Amino acid sequence: MNAVKTTGWILLVALVGIQFVPTERNKSDVVPKTDFMVVNEVPKNIENIIKTSCYDCHSNNTDYPWYNRVQPVAWFLEGHIENGKEELNFNEWDTYSGRKKKSKLRSIISQIKDDEMPLASYTLIHRDAKLSDTEKKTVLDWVSKLKDSL
Amino acid sequence: MKKANVTTGILAMGIIALTVTSCKDKKKEQESQEGEHTEQMEDSGHMDGTMEDHSQMDHDNMNHDEMAMMSSEVIADYLTLKNALVSDDKDGAATAGEKLEGSLKDFDTSKFSDEQQAELTDIIEDATEHAEHIAKSDIGHQREHFDILSKDVIDLLAITGSERTLYQAYCPMYNNNKGAQWLSATEEIKNPYYGSKMMTCGSVQKQIN
Repeated sequence: MNAVKTTGWILLVALVGIQFVPTERNKSDVVPKTDFMVVNEVPKNIENIIKTSCYDCHSNNTDYPWYNRVQPVAWFLEGHIENGKEELNFNEWDTYSGRKKKSKLRSIISQIKDDEMPLASYTLIHRDAKLSDTEKKTVLDWVSKLKDSL
Repeated sequence: MKKANVTTGILAMGIIALTVTSCKDKKKEQESQEGEHTEQMEDSGHMDGTMEDHSQMDHDNMNHDEMAMMSSEVIADYLTLKNALVSDDKDGAATAGEKLEGSLKDFDTSKFSDEQQAELTDIIEDATEHAEHIAKSDIGHQREHFDILSKDVIDLLAITGSERTLYQAYCPMYNNNKGAQWLSATEEIKNPYYGSKMMTCGSVQKQIN
């Protein structure tokens, strides 16, 4: 029993310990000139949907939930954001070549259509980021039009 | 009763500890990936340097055969990938995707004219991303990426030409009847977008020499 107790204590200390490991926070007040919303003429309703459902992981500015202060949650989120931005960063939209823009729009369409984005693990907590069928259709129609215009 | 409480407590801590370790692993993985990326960036930076040195001197001297030779590795890997998709072989396609990623990165644009270099850089950047995704996706996604990748490779060949004879084929049904192209070394239609489901769907659009 003593051994179990000791292990328990060690775990507890470790859990408290990792709270002091710093994480990088994805925060920026600047909206760069290359931002998707600046470069394209985006209707307000589409802008709202994309910003609510995509920008937390696909831009340089995350609207953090309070529990991001707690480890290991913070690490988990940090990883998601890092991958998300590498794949697609709406803030850097205009730095992409025409070819890349088209590719990205096609991927956006396919990911939304197949319900792969926004991620289920994200919408589980961010209920407002979940796309309704109507919202899905609105966004898909608009993104398809943008893609065809490029 | 007290004992039960202690057990539950320990169990809970155990679970938390497990989560912590798995997250740590993930983080490490990401870090190592990041490492690779910086390396790649340095590589391309280096390439930029050589571009400046040689672009003016060499591109006039390069003849058609030399240009076509440069694309041969990319074509070989592309065809391996295409054949894997024809045989509905997800793992084969993934391996070929990884290999193609390598040959695209090795593609040396420095001997082309400035204008061609700019175009090639865009093509290669896009194609590399699709190859990367093919290396880690299920077969449905592999085929989606292969569609755009094929366009990239066709555009690349429009600049470089090809050492070997290729056939540009077209399947009108893929992607909700929007249609998709692919390249093949033979005239016979073997559809990489549908595989065994619709092996002979499509027709040859043109021959590339």
